[in-house]
Amino acid sequence: MDTLERKTTNPSVAEGATLFVEMNGIVKRFPGVLANDHVDFVLRHGEIHALLGENGAGKSTLMNVLAGLYRPESGTILVKGKVVNFSSPRDAIKAGIGMIHQHFMLVPSQTVTENILLGLDKPRFRLQLNEYDHIVADLSERFGLKVEPRAKVWQLSVGEQQRVEILKMLYRGTDILIMDEPTAVLAPQEIEDLFKTLRAMVAEGKSIIFISHKLHEVMAIADRVTVLRKGKVTAAGLDARKTTLQELARQMVGREVIFHLDKKLNTPGEIVLEVEDVCAENDKGLQALNGLSLDVRAGEIVGLAGVAGNGQRELAQVITGLRRCTDGCVILNGEVICNRSALVGIQRGVSHIPEDRTGVGTAPDLSVTDNVIMKQYRRPPIAQHGMLNMQVATKFANELKESYDIIVPNVETPVRLLSGGNLQRVILAREISGQPSLMVAVQPTRGLDVGAIEGVHRLLLSQRESGAAILLISEELEELLSLSDRVYVIYEGRIMGEVKIGAGGSSPEMIDTVGLMMTGTPLEQIRKGEAERNV
Amino acid sequence: MKEPPRWYPAAVSLGAIMVALVLGGILIAFAGGDPFRSYAHIAKASFGNLGVLSDTIVKATPILLTSLACSIAFRMKLWNIGAEGQFIMGAFGAGAIVLTPILPADTSPWIFIPVMMLAGILMGAIWGFFPGFLKARFNVNEIISTLMMNYIAISWVNFFIFAVWTEGGFQMSPKFPENAWLPRLLDYAKTIPIFSGLTTHLGLLIGIVAAIVLWIVIYRSRWGYEIRLIGDNPRAAQYAGINITRNTVLVMMLSGALAGLGGMSEITGMVHRLQTTPLAAGYGFTGIIVAWLAKLNPLVAILVSILFGALLLAGREIQPSGVPKMIQGIILVCLIASDFLMRYRVRIVRAGEEA
Repeated sequence: MDTLERKTTNPSVAEGATLFVEMNGIVKRFPGVLANDHVDFVLRHGEIHALLGENGAGKSTLMNVLAGLYRPESGTILVKGKVVNFSSPRDAIKAGIGMIHQHFMLVPSQTVTENILLGLDKPRFRLQLNEYDHIVADLSERFGLKVEPRAKVWQLSVGEQQRVEILKMLYRGTDILIMDEPTAVLAPQEIEDLFKTLRAMVAEGKSIIFISHKLHEVMAIADRVTVLRKGKVTAAGLDARKTTLQELARQMVGREVIFHLDKKLNTPGEIVLEVEDVCAENDKGLQALNGLSLDVRAGEIVGLAGVAGNGQRELAQVITGLRRCTDGCVILNGEVICNRSALVGIQRGVSHIPEDRTGVGTAPDLSVTDNVIMKQYRRPPIAQHGMLNMQVATKFANELKESYDIIVPNVETPVRLLSGGNLQRVILAREISGQPSLMVAVQPTRGLDVGAIEGVHRLLLSQRESGAAILLISEELEELLSLSDRVYVIYEGRIMGEVKIGAGGSSPEMIDTVGLMMTGTPLEQIRKGEAERNV
Repeated sequence: MKEPPRWYPAAVSLGAIMVALVLGGILIAFAGGDPFRSYAHIAKASFGNLGVLSDTIVKATPILLTSLACSIAFRMKLWNIGAEGQFIMGAFGAGAIVLTPILPADTSPWIFIPVMMLAGILMGAIWGFFPGFLKARFNVNEIISTLMMNYIAISWVNFFIFAVWTEGGFQMSPKFPENAWLPRLLDYAKTIPIFSGLTTHLGLLIGIVAAIVLWIVIYRSRWGYEIRLIGDNPRAAQYAGINITRNTVLVMMLSGALAGLGGMSEITGMVHRLQTTPLAAGYGFTGIIVAWLAKLNPLVAILVSILFGALLLAGREIQPSGVPKMIQGIILVCLIASDFLMRYRVRIVRAGEEA
């Protein structure tokens, strides 16, 4: 990212420049979540304004409000000085606001020009495609968006498809362009091209809102930065030239008091899990893990911090045998377990608390009993000569119901009726009852209430004391720092560095370091920077 | 969300059947009939006396086995609509034992019948294996492949009865020796006079045993647990270390085997010769409806099969094909539509109110 040179010193981005958008006191609530809590946001004429924050901080929600997809519960929006009240994206586009989502909204079997014209009133009846091909070609020339108007969309690379989306917005006369994590799908050279385009657009007087959690890119492209954290603004409209990576990382990650857990001192034992130079692809066939290595010992909790989508899910799947690795290997207690099967892992004592509780962790229409025997049904006493001993299974389920406080009328109830916390207890009960030697816990407390979170934490700590090796993958930095003995930070499928947490718990410096690593600075660079400053 | 009471699904299904019967009644009225008299006639002509009851059961037997075939496949969300073809191939397999001949005509029934059963099961399973394998290996849509294999099965049997095993140029094989017939109630009329004229055959018992065994497999065996888990949430099944590919092939083979057993039972219990017309009478498709109506529960399928046997048998007295088939179709559509009421809670929102 060092090649991205700062160029914008657009004169119109001075103080007092015309305001394009003013959002005041925006509140947006989803069931159980306050996604935007009285958020103010100001976009000036001719600027690139980065919206920074972790996943779930409320960036996309805020922008969906601006683009007319969501209606806020309260708050006002002014566009170019006029109060607006959008009831659909169409209204927003009319006011000159266009949003490009992470998932493109294109018709693969149609040409670029056809996609751009889609949904417009003109041409009305006869498609004079030749004529429009020229218009599209001119437009793409003007903004440096290289793309062939007659090409079918399915033939285009992801980067080119993004250009089509941008052209679509430009053709509709958009002068406020919202881009939701536009670089996530791009190769480095494509990022460079995108930035050139964005600068060309700004030079023509358009404004761009750039949603991202990659600090380096934000510093390279943005004029100003607004940081959101847990639905609130923590820094409003900072001048990107006057701020530092450290400052932004801190605003983004926060520095809240780490709650103290009763964590006994434990001397870690033998290495249980070794991940060596693992590479793997995600579902789209893109590289998700890039030579990642880490290890976990018996009796320790090792945290894996990182912004979502940096390879955490894929790593958990490779370790538990649900995904193939293309290179490297995974060793459990001295035995290679990668690229075999999920069953091999289960039989060797790997337990897995999946991220997706309803989609992966449970079978919704089956009973609590059926769900808790998922990993045990192959073994006696539940399995007997190919049959299931339902009496034993029911007794087992009732025992777990008692000891894990699963609140349910009876164990025959289908689990789809359980609350999130109860469902997680079903999964934990199942995964812990197998006395695992390795436990891979992915987002084990996401979406739970405070009491349920505490329960999960206590269970993880008791597993640590009983000698299990635990890999805890979470986006909750506080949780990671208070539970873990060590924390690795993952970024774009690589480990940026490792932080050891001693008996004294975590320190604010640690949080800063982890925050910087989460946004793409390797540990050596941070250390080097500190050393230079100290000289 | 609040769970609806236990009786709710049964009540909704019953309601759907009532709605279907009302719609069917309107249909009958349009066709110029009296709906009440027609329905009364259906009831009398299917359950009125021992003789018609036996006929109803004979009709229900092939439906029961094909519905079991469908319910095990549907349980894993494999949409096997090829029970028809698997049924016909099962009949072919059983027939081949007699017609090739693999066993001489004077073989004891104690050998004949088990061997023919095995042959029927085997041919049905093979006919289920192909779509299962294609689905598991290349993700070929099983709806299309099983449907197409139905036509292949019919043509396959037609080839044999036209060319190889034809009886004097007619499109049927010679009659099977009586050793190869499934025993019928009327065979015992000498000792138990009340059985005279009753054609209910051993196939009923085969069907009921198959239903009970299937119930145990689904709800009480390790394999059945895997099938239920895959059917409910394939990703959870994968996560539990279950091999979905292998189970796809196995379940399709089991499904085919059950339908094949149905074909064997029909040809040896009822038709007594290889002939396409009485075999390809749509039992495989009726089995789909029955499986759904029974909510994929094999024991409930026994009951529903008998009801459908009645509808088929007595319906013929109204009209050979048209109206009764339409009523069947209406029942299926109503049932599928009623599924909506099971899954969603209906709330009426007036225009202008925000949801």
